Amino acid sequence: MTGPLLRVVRSGVGRRRVQTVVIAIATMMAVAAAVVAGSLMVVSNAPFDHAFAAQQGAHLTAEFDPAKVTAEQLGATGQLDDVTASAGPYPATVIEATDSSGHRPPAMTLVGRTGPHAEVDDLDLTAGRWARKPGEVVLTSSYQGPAFKLGDTLTASGTTLTVVGFATSASKTADLWATPAQVRDLASQEHPVTSQMLYRFDSAGSKGDIAADRKKLLAAVPSGALLGTQSYLDTKRAADHGAAPTIPFLVAFGVLGIVMSVIIVGSVISGAVGTSLRRIGILKAIGFTPREVVRAYVAQALIPATVGIALGVVLGNLLAVPLLDDTEQAYGTATLSVAWWVDVVVPAGALLVVGIAAFVPALRAGRLRTVEAIAVGRAPRTGRGQWAHRAAGRLPLPRAVTYGLASPFAHPVRTLAMLLAVAFGTIAATFAVGLTSSLNEVSSIQDPESRSAVTVFTGGPSVAGGEHVPAPGTPEPEPADPAQVSAAIKAQSGTASSYGMGQQDATVAGVSGTVRATLYQGDSRRGGYAMISGHWLTGAGQVVVPGQFLETTGTEIGDTVRVTVGKESAGLRIVGVAFESSGGELEIQANLADFPAARPQEFLVNIKAGVSAVSYAEKLGARIEPLGAEARANSPSQQDGLVLILNAMAALLTLMLVSVAGLGVLNSVVLDTRERVHDLGVCKALGMSPRQTVSLVLASVAGIGVLGGLVGVPAGYALHGFVLPVMGHAAGTGLPRSVLDVYDTPQLLLLGLAGLAIALLGALLPAGWAAKSRTATALRTE
Amino acid sequence: MTAVIELKGVAKRYENAGAPALGPLDLSVAQGEALAVTGPSGSGKSTLLNLVAGLDKPTEGTVTVAGQQVDRLGEHALARFRRERIGMVFQFFNLLDDLTVLDNIQLPAQLTGSSRRKTQARAQELMEVLGIQKHARAYPGRLSGGERQRVAVARALVNRPSLLLADEPTGALDSASGQDVRDLLVDLHRGGQTIVLVTHDPALAEACASRTVHLVDGHVALDSRAEAVR
Ligand SMILES: Nc1ncnc2c1ncn2[C@@H]1O[C@H](COP(=O)(O)OP(=O)(O)OP(=O)(O)O)[C@@H](O)[C@H]1O
Ligand SMILES: [Mg+2]
Repeated sequence: MTGPLLRVVRSGVGRRRVQTVVIAIATMMAVAAAVVAGSLMVVSNAPFDHAFAAQQGAHLTAEFDPAKVTAEQLGATGQLDDVTASAGPYPATVIEATDSSGHRPPAMTLVGRTGPHAEVDDLDLTAGRWARKPGEVVLTSSYQGPAFKLGDTLTASGTTLTVVGFATSASKTADLWATPAQVRDLASQEHPVTSQMLYRFDSAGSKGDIAADRKKLLAAVPSGALLGTQSYLDTKRAADHGAAPTIPFLVAFGVLGIVMSVIIVGSVISGAVGTSLRRIGILKAIGFTPREVVRAYVAQALIPATVGIALGVVLGNLLAVPLLDDTEQAYGTATLSVAWWVDVVVPAGALLVVGIAAFVPALRAGRLRTVEAIAVGRAPRTGRGQWAHRAAGRLPLPRAVTYGLASPFAHPVRTLAMLLAVAFGTIAATFAVGLTSSLNEVSSIQDPESRSAVTVFTGGPSVAGGEHVPAPGTPEPEPADPAQVSAAIKAQSGTASSYGMGQQDATVAGVSGTVRATLYQGDSRRGGYAMISGHWLTGAGQVVVPGQFLETTGTEIGDTVRVTVGKESAGLRIVGVAFESSGGELEIQANLADFPAARPQEFLVNIKAGVSAVSYAEKLGARIEPLGAEARANSPSQQDGLVLILNAMAALLTLMLVSVAGLGVLNSVVLDTRERVHDLGVCKALGMSPRQTVSLVLASVAGIGVLGGLVGVPAGYALHGFVLPVMGHAAGTGLPRSVLDVYDTPQLLLLGLAGLAIALLGALLPAGWAAKSRTATALRTE
Repeated sequence: MTAVIELKGVAKRYENAGAPALGPLDLSVAQGEALAVTGPSGSGKSTLLNLVAGLDKPTEGTVTVAGQQVDRLGEHALARFRRERIGMVFQFFNLLDDLTVLDNIQLPAQLTGSSRRKTQARAQELMEVLGIQKHARAYPGRLSGGERQRVAVARALVNRPSLLLADEPTGALDSASGQDVRDLLVDLHRGGQTIVLVTHDPALAEACASRTVHLVDGHVALDSRAEAVR
């Protein structure tokens, strides 16, 4: 670049300070938003597979009986055909722990390891350190949060365990870890020590592969030594299920951010060139070639944009790190960082967009004939927008306001850019508000059992509630009599209501294999699932099914299906489709009354207001323990970690998009005000007061704000309506109305005003300048 | 005879300039007087006019116009002062291109919040007097220079100001149009309008001013009233 050209660029950048700053900030925000959205999109793409690969996850986790197989024999299984790596044997057991506040989490698998690292299941220590001596434990990171912190304690069989660290295992091989000696210490008659072996196989792609590998393993050890196995495929299915609904959300936000950035950066830069036509004319008149003019104007945009892009990458990475930390915890994955290529692709893309956005109008400037360019500032404008002034002048409003209202029509292109900025800001706000409400609704309707304060277990067949499988070989205690337990609950003071629940394997005519049936006794409405259609169980002879069930069986609500539990069969009428976002298998809900032989395994109790769940559980426990039942206070249901992250992200991205929209308006209004500085000077010379000037400038964007709101709210509403079912579909479920219909009218009206707020906020600064600018100076510029 | 304009020890110094662009000077203009301010380019004529109109503040001294001490008024009060007391006419018309002739003329009245009917009646009256009623719906861009300056004068007079300020009103006009505007100002003066007129044109000063002040380097080099008194 030649000397004079450089000087032109430098003075251009310096003189148009607002524009330079707006270009820099807008690109910074846009790039930061894109980096955040992009990196989260990357990590949410198959988070399980990434973490599993990074940790050398165990394809198969096997439990052996140490009485029947020696450690040497187990070590030798690592040499088996197809086994590529193995780890163990580790002593393992199951503990029933109580936390310091008296809550009892479900039974936990405890594994003894001397350190986090291994050839298989190479754990990530996310906080604290590894357990070094008896009395220390490392918890799996999903427990980390308000319930458990470093230094907290657990009590199991009279031993106090201090949490010294948190670790993640993609293969979910344990809930907590301690030193091997500690594990042997904690083992009991009820939960003896087992030997855990972890294997990786050459071929482990399918269920069949894993089954074949398991068979080889079974053959290699004495009969009865292998107690149980867990395949990574089941863990993967559960993990993917949790991650799937977030992906369309991240994509929607990413796309919104990118489109927004393109519009803002494009409009800011073309606006900058548009207002400089006269300057361009003069440059050409004194001998600049068209190519030099183009280069000068592209450079004027690229310099601040490059600074903005660089800052945006830094900001985006800074913002992404805490979000990724949380994501890591929620997905239970290995340590995550912003993918390096996001940091390359996003800025490169941004630079390209800026380049194109600057090049097009710069080219126009370069082509412009010198005479025309010089004439631009001189000749009185005619035509455009005059009709609007005539129309607005008739409105019964103060003159300064009507004058402002009509002014956008003089610059249709700039007005359109402002309108788009406002509309996109409003879309972002509307969409994010809806999404946040929906996700909170999903998390609140999930897991209806957790709504009860106290759970009473009658013993009997265990209620499998997730990935916690009871240690094999555990003898089943004699179950309590449900009728007696139920009576005891009713008699206990502080009981508000309760219902019984039991889970059984069932078969349904027309469905191959077994189906999990949850059978209810008593008034189960409180524990009912959210319904996608139809209604919850209201009496005997009814069944509630998931949407997938209807698809598989080709049935509809109102049809009757034959359900068999144990030896009993009943024809049940489908009365509703329930929302279940967890667990992949088919599950149905029916009344226990239809299967008299089945028994409730737990009672879910709601207690009266003001009664402490922990002390209630203690008192009730004393009463029912002799019956063979036990009572546990449920930990207050914590918000799903993922939901919290998504909320934080929605808030962050919305804030960024809205401020970028405000910047777009700010820029346009600055351009407009600068262009009209002379007209405003005339008005002020004629006696327009500062307040009138401010109202003029604000009125000039008010229409855009209102229109932006009118366009943005329905568009955001529609986007929400489109994205959510897609998210549900990805998660393999329909969504109940309560998740879809999250907007109410006052909220929509408020969001509509968001458009106006964005526009007015963006215009406030230049309005102040216009009011303050010196009239005498303004009149001199012509 | 009451003074409409009273300048006492007024000086204006722009930032980063050594000598003041104007003054220090004293000047008083009586009600009904038509004062022509002449002088070479850069002598401070527009500066003087801006101070009187309250568009700029003096560095020293006091400016009193129509009984109000202009240099002490806040922005809001200044705006009210201007729209109620002052009418301004500029060399390059300074009409708003996107408003019709009628809207341009009505604008100052509308800013004061005067009623639609009254504003319209006043504008009609002025357009008739100035012979521009046939252009009421036209846009300034279509008018000749002389016609535009008539519109500017009508706009300046719409609020019946105590004082009409004109900075080179004929500067951008050919001689015929200039003559037009000159006759107009003469008529206004006869009707009792107080006028301060900045001009290079001795003929204009001669024709419509009852008094002439000649500025050189920001100082009064010649004041015809002082001459007459002496
Ligand atoms: N805003 C300003 N900043 C700095 N200097 C100024 C400013 N306005 C005027 N001046 C200076 O003040 C002096 C008087 O200027 P002014 O415009 O009053 O002259 P004038 O008599 O109206 O000239 P002309 O006949 O050319 O219009 C000049 O030297 C000018 O350069
Ligand atoms: Mg001048």
